Amino acid sequence: MVERKIGWEPQGSHTLVGGEIQRVEGKVKASGQAKYTNDINTPGTLFAKLLTSPHAHAKLVLLNIEKANAVKGVKSVLAMAKVGDEIRYEGWPIVAIAAERPEFAEDGLRAIEIKFEPLPHFVDGSDLKGAIEADMTVDGQPLKLTKSMGKSGRGDVEVALREAKHVHRGTYGIQMITHMSMEPHGSHAAWDGENLNVALSTENVSGTSGQYVQPVGVEAMNVNVRCDFMGSGFGSKSTVDEWDVACAKLAKATGKPVRLMLSRTTEMQIGGNRPSAFATVTVACDAEGNVTVWDSHHWGSNGLQGLTVGLGVTPYVFQPKNRQSAATGIATNCSPERPWRAPHHPQACAYTQTALDDLAAKAGIDSLQFFKKNLDLTPLPHIYGPELEIAAKLMDWKGKWHPRGAGAGNGPVKRGVGVALHTWNGAANQSNVMLKVHSDGSVEVVTGSQDVGTGTRTCIAQVAADTFGVSMSAVKVSLGSNQFPKAGSSEGSATIGGVTGPVRRTAQQALWKILDLVAAKYTVDGATLIARHGRIWSGFKEVCTWKQAASLIGPMGMELYGGPVTEDEGLTNHQVGGVQMAEVAVDTETGVIRIVKLVAVQDAGMIVNRLLARSQVYSGLIMGIAYSLSEERIMDNKTGRFINANLNDYKLPRIGDIGDLVVEFYEPESEYKRGVIGLSEPPVISTGAAISNAVANAIGVRVPVLPLTPKRVLDALKGAKG
Amino acid sequence: MGRDQTNHGGPGFSRREFLKGSGAAVVAGAAATAAVDGPLEAQQPATKIISAGPHTITLHVNGEDQQVTVEPRVLLIDVLRNDLNLTGCKDVCDRSTCGACTVLIDGKPVYACTRFAIEVVGQKIVTAESLHSPEKTDDVVTAFCKHDAIQCGFCTPGFVSAVRGFCDQNPGATEDACRRALGGNICRCGTYDGVLKAAYDTAQIVQ
Repeated sequence: MVERKIGWEPQGSHTLVGGEIQRVEGKVKASGQAKYTNDINTPGTLFAKLLTSPHAHAKLVLLNIEKANAVKGVKSVLAMAKVGDEIRYEGWPIVAIAAERPEFAEDGLRAIEIKFEPLPHFVDGSDLKGAIEADMTVDGQPLKLTKSMGKSGRGDVEVALREAKHVHRGTYGIQMITHMSMEPHGSHAAWDGENLNVALSTENVSGTSGQYVQPVGVEAMNVNVRCDFMGSGFGSKSTVDEWDVACAKLAKATGKPVRLMLSRTTEMQIGGNRPSAFATVTVACDAEGNVTVWDSHHWGSNGLQGLTVGLGVTPYVFQPKNRQSAATGIATNCSPERPWRAPHHPQACAYTQTALDDLAAKAGIDSLQFFKKNLDLTPLPHIYGPELEIAAKLMDWKGKWHPRGAGAGNGPVKRGVGVALHTWNGAANQSNVMLKVHSDGSVEVVTGSQDVGTGTRTCIAQVAADTFGVSMSAVKVSLGSNQFPKAGSSEGSATIGGVTGPVRRTAQQALWKILDLVAAKYTVDGATLIARHGRIWSGFKEVCTWKQAASLIGPMGMELYGGPVTEDEGLTNHQVGGVQMAEVAVDTETGVIRIVKLVAVQDAGMIVNRLLARSQVYSGLIMGIAYSLSEERIMDNKTGRFINANLNDYKLPRIGDIGDLVVEFYEPESEYKRGVIGLSEPPVISTGAAISNAVANAIGVRVPVLPLTPKRVLDALKGAKG
Repeated sequence: MGRDQTNHGGPGFSRREFLKGSGAAVVAGAAATAAVDGPLEAQQPATKIISAGPHTITLHVNGEDQQVTVEPRVLLIDVLRNDLNLTGCKDVCDRSTCGACTVLIDGKPVYACTRFAIEVVGQKIVTAESLHSPEKTDDVVTAFCKHDAIQCGFCTPGFVSAVRGFCDQNPGATEDACRRALGGNICRCGTYDGVLKAAYDTAQIVQ
């Protein structure tokens, strides 16, 4: 008897699921044949460009677009702001121009007459005192830049502090960064009568059409949104933005298709913003190293909204019995926050677990032992415990750890190791699928989801092919259109769980119907049948080929619809844990940090595709190296400008900067059985704290603020010398 | 003035505007590069003055001659993308630093945003698109798929072109040599580990 139960096969029993399967769209992507929004050149497409504000805060006092209209090749000029408007951040869009060629659009921008009256601005989210004292206005009314985001806590911090053996006080921070998606935000819009056909660079294919309705004046049923390939977003691309609205309006005005993608500088200025956070922290432990107290106040900015990292993730993962936290948000003249991969977790992890590591050093305890000793303060000790053991072996922690600043060698380059850990919810999003089995045995899966680089197409094809016992090439996956069954946005690592669950369930249901047809036709017991290797089997006996089985459906094929997963089906779950260790080499004369090795041990429930899953973890580690060592949105308070809003000066790691990356999945049967859980966000979270802890271990002092630039390293060393 | 398409050549001057305003001084072949980028003395012998208006030129791209009509200020990247629809050549950084527009010119990896279209007349231009067809897939593309050196895929064609050019010129290159040579391309998703393995694999095949 083969039990007919919705769910995954026992561990080790799947043929394709869990394997290392190459991405189905790999060749078209690698050869540049994949068409992204940025690449859509339908005949007659006009190129649109924006004029944006160079000021962080200013009043628009003159705007004359007439001369731009007269420029050769310019087809339409659209004012997105009007005289009298108050501009509140650099990069604020003011005019959009559509022209026959990009260079003509540039000519048009140069012809615009514009004047601003600059107003006082504030852009430094690290400067709490400055923010409190700043004399700011909005629309002529006084504006208070700081606001309390509340307090949280439990236990008795004061009493516990008196009883503690070791107390550490420190100030920590992590700077604002930007998403820096390779494909900028933008769209290609074309009208066909009442229909608005849009190619949108989006993580939210099913959820964006309605956002055109009001600003463009179109009915939702007439908006077709497509996104076949998406050049990264990291959480920043789930909305229809004002420039997308401008693109649709320019297309309407000209009667031609228009493509409007943000320039690199504008993309960096307004395409995404991850909040900064700075914290004063007091932590304490008893003589054995059991952490008893957390007391913090943190502040920072996410731009205009005036918020910083939430209290919900403070302190991060470790929850001492006596704890209190307060947060103050600062409004700055920067573009608004957009969710950045694992929103707020990397920052909270950085200020929490560096402070705990400093406490370990003060107590004279090996950081790893200290973290292990306190795992009962975390929600997932049963995950972190074994993961730390695995990571320690892969890193050779025992061989490499030394008391702070006491590594071997007398030269200027010091080595050290550090550890940190993280968690992420990763619950599945609400996605629907349509699954069709044709009478020739080929299979189609259609969903309004998207592939943002994580491998949505491949994972769907794998699950369908595995369930029907056919090859990957027998399955066609269509996604990236709002005409397809509604699927959730690709945020929060929700997609792979969100789509594979419904595909598995629906494929199982389709298979059982087909097996019943086989049972009737070949007079075998349907309950004994399985589909594998292109055939239907009863035990070890082949009954028929898959194609013969599928032919029984009849010429119309079989079409099934599957709704979103619920966790009680056993297909998906939530909450994963991961640990990371870093080994660094720090040149104490130049302040330059080199990554020697990073180890990531990650739980993600059941792994769907090991090759692609490993890529997600590499990706997390490398984005982690970026914000740990070099990546920073440098806001100049004098000019109000993001002074490194270009790829020369916004420093990202290159291929030589990543060191030896070791990725291991923690997938015991207990976690496998939970089903698919999101994986993309978690591995980017604890990299910052692990690297910072490794640097402290190497040089003997804490470099308190990320990114750990050479200047900050040298300043910390100088401060330690007095 | 903050313009969306920023000019980075310093106050009131950029290469593009200069050429547009004054008419481009162009000498044939490799010397054209020197006229724009080279030391001052190399800029002296301007043998041919051409107007700033549109010119019809023939480019040799992926084995075929292609005629386009463009102004001298138009960059190779824009002709490939906008006139020839070869959009594997990606426009990402707008300042010759990220490598997403890398193509092969006479076998060498070159950022397509560092050449005017009129400069590369007569040279052999190869883009990533030519490295895969239903009949044949280049070893670099195969290696990128094998090592999953691809995520969102936006930087990937530039990286593929860079790896192709590097491996052709450095058969049997060591992993360290690959690491040093491929620093001209930026990936935001974090595919470097796979790219390195793919480059190393390809270099061994060339050997």
